[in-house]
Amino acid sequence: MNIIVCIKQVPNVTQVKWDADGSLIRTGLPTIINPVDKNAIEAALQLKEQHGGKVTVLSMGPSQVESALREALCMGVDDVIQLTDRKFAGADTWATSYTIGCAIQKIGDYDLVITGVEAMDGNTAQVGPQVAEYLGLPLLSYALSIAVADGKVTIDQKLGDVARVIEAKLPALVTVEKEINEYRVTPIDKLIDAFERTIPVWGVDDISPDVVHLGLKGSPTKLRKVYSPKLEKGKVEMLEGTPDEVARQLVDKLNAKFLI
Amino acid sequence: MADKADLTKYKGVWVFAEQQDGKLAKISLELLGKARDLADKLGEKVTSVILGASVKPLADDLIAYGADRVLVAEHPELAEYRTELYTKIICEEAQKDKPEILIIGASPIGRDLTPRVSFRLHTGCTADCTELDIDPEEKILVSTRPAFGGNVMATIICPEHRPQMSTVRPGVFAVPAKDPARKGEVVTVDVNIESSDINVTVLSSSKSKKHGANIQDAVKIVSVGLGASDSTSFAAIQEIARLIDGEVGGTRPCVEKVLIEHGVQIGQTGKNVRPELYMACGISGAVQHTTGIANAKYVVAINKDPNAEIFKFANVGIAGDAKQILTAIVKAIKAVKQE
Ligand SMILES: Cc1cc2nc3c(=O)[nH]c(=O)nc-3n(C[C@H](O)[C@H](O)[C@H](O)COP(=O)(O)OP(=O)(O)OC[C@H]3O[C@@H](n4cnc5c(N)ncnc54)[C@H](O)[C@@H]3O)c2cc1C
Ligand SMILES: Cc1cc2nc3c(=O)[nH]c(=O)nc-3n(C[C@H](O)[C@H](O)[C@H](O)COP(=O)(O)OP(=O)(O)OC[C@H]3O[C@@H](n4cnc5c(N)ncnc54)[C@H](O)[C@@H]3O)c2cc1C
Repeated sequence: MNIIVCIKQVPNVTQVKWDADGSLIRTGLPTIINPVDKNAIEAALQLKEQHGGKVTVLSMGPSQVESALREALCMGVDDVIQLTDRKFAGADTWATSYTIGCAIQKIGDYDLVITGVEAMDGNTAQVGPQVAEYLGLPLLSYALSIAVADGKVTIDQKLGDVARVIEAKLPALVTVEKEINEYRVTPIDKLIDAFERTIPVWGVDDISPDVVHLGLKGSPTKLRKVYSPKLEKGKVEMLEGTPDEVARQLVDKLNAKFLI
Repeated sequence: MADKADLTKYKGVWVFAEQQDGKLAKISLELLGKARDLADKLGEKVTSVILGASVKPLADDLIAYGADRVLVAEHPELAEYRTELYTKIICEEAQKDKPEILIIGASPIGRDLTPRVSFRLHTGCTADCTELDIDPEEKILVSTRPAFGGNVMATIICPEHRPQMSTVRPGVFAVPAKDPARKGEVVTVDVNIESSDINVTVLSSSKSKKHGANIQDAVKIVSVGLGASDSTSFAAIQEIARLIDGEVGGTRPCVEKVLIEHGVQIGQTGKNVRPELYMACGISGAVQHTTGIANAKYVVAINKDPNAEIFKFANVGIAGDAKQILTAIVKAIKAVKQE
């Protein structure tokens, strides 16, 4: 049972800072593995413990994603692959998924691909489903559990307020929710091993893509403007009056915003 | 993919109409109102696409809420939502009809379906939008969305691919007025499903009754903190949640007091939520709590301490005693709802 897990390195947004114009200061932000992607790794490791096989972790990003991949090695995965190339930069979800898809095809022999549902920076939740589309795999999203038996994968799916159990033949792609498990802390022996490993870096020539679909140029969406809503949010409007008066003012406001 | 020269062949605004057990999702009605507005700015038509086992009766409603045309795709295999089957039908019809814009609700189903559709159509999709408009000069869709956990707003366009796709968060746009006199066309889609199209089997499906099972997807949350954990305030909180069709959440100390379940604890060691409305009642605003509400759109804070940290995260604040204010809010909501 060979499993490929896709992880994203993200800035630690709980420590976001703004410059005087209100734009996000991204340099020097500490980076972490997108938290739910650690749950994805954990899910893969548990399946490997039950069924044998190999867990390979893939991450696309600038050269610093190496540290995320070392952390994945620390958790106990077998192999990691870093996708780094200037031509990959500036990708929207379409181009990101295309690039990851090409790399997974290059790895070849796999039974299951696991991603997180959503990254905490981009927040689109599009990459998992789009990689599944590129690879022509059945998609099993929002997993609260994963079980594999007889060449099939079955998940408990949290589809909003509907709980479903869905099943597909392998190979398939599963996106996981943070509730699926508690991920492990690093065993010491893995730690030493992880820092001695050479991490393979794949660029454009290693995954033979159609280069017109890569990076900023290959992205159908274009970012026009980015701004901070927090600056406005800082200005809280305080309501004044007796409890009945403030309650009425509040209810009028909510009513005008269709929130009641 | 649309070649650049071909872009003019794409016309009209499409809305995916989501339904469950023969009932239209509210988000679909909200989208119809917005689609109408976008189509009017372009001088084009609104088409709604609905899929299911037997959904034709819903077409009249879609017209009454603003569609000029409804594409109805019926098949027993479409009874349960399945990504690939829905993707196949929507993509086949979109390739024939060539809509200029396609909007879908950012519901759990919409967020599962839309990326697969946009990838297959080789077009861009802006996720979880809170604003949609037409650029008056370029006549293209301009979508605005929160990212970085609500710390950033991004305005995104899709200039060279069609349809221009966006998903929209529930509760952002108003449900338009229903006009039963509106006329529209109902088109039956020829549905072909081969056994090779069916790759996912739904073994079971049930609406989860468990309280708070759905707090992450809740559109409205009324949240309890220690300052509103007395029985009068908490009863008022539950009543407000009931009246506005919201969920009750809260802080970790309230879970420790077993006032609420851990499943609805919000924050670092609980859930991250993304409601349109978040009411923080008697909550101090510790960082472990506020990281969980970074994606909340409109925050109301009630706290007796006018300097409480929570007010920094709020759009509207009330400094005062939770018990008195919450009971007054219950009264005021009942008054507008005439309950
Ligand atoms: C402010 C802002 C807004 C944006 N809005 C949009 C938009 O609306 N539409 C759009 O198409 N693009 C958008 N983008 C670009 C988008 O963020 C990037 O394409 C990003 O690489 C992937 O999207 P995501 O972060 O939303 O990931 P998600 O789709 O939320 O990630 C889901 C899962 O996919 C896997 N994954 C994601 N990225 C990688 C990676 N690089 N390597 C390995 N695995 C990965 C992880 O398992 C992750 O948990 C936006 C970017 C910014 C800065
Ligand atoms: C590792 C770690 C993880 C944590 N994870 C979480 C988490 O996931 N979620 C979480 O919520 N917390 C978490 N916490 C706890 C967090 O640090 C705070 O202690 C907690 O959020 C405070 O809850 P509170 O606001 O309800 O209570 P308090 O901080 O005690 O605040 C009560 C507030 O009510 C106001 N008040 C009092 N009386 C009244 C009244 N009559 N009317 C109106 N207002 C009144 C007070 O002015 C005060 O601001 C975590 C802590 C740690 C260390």
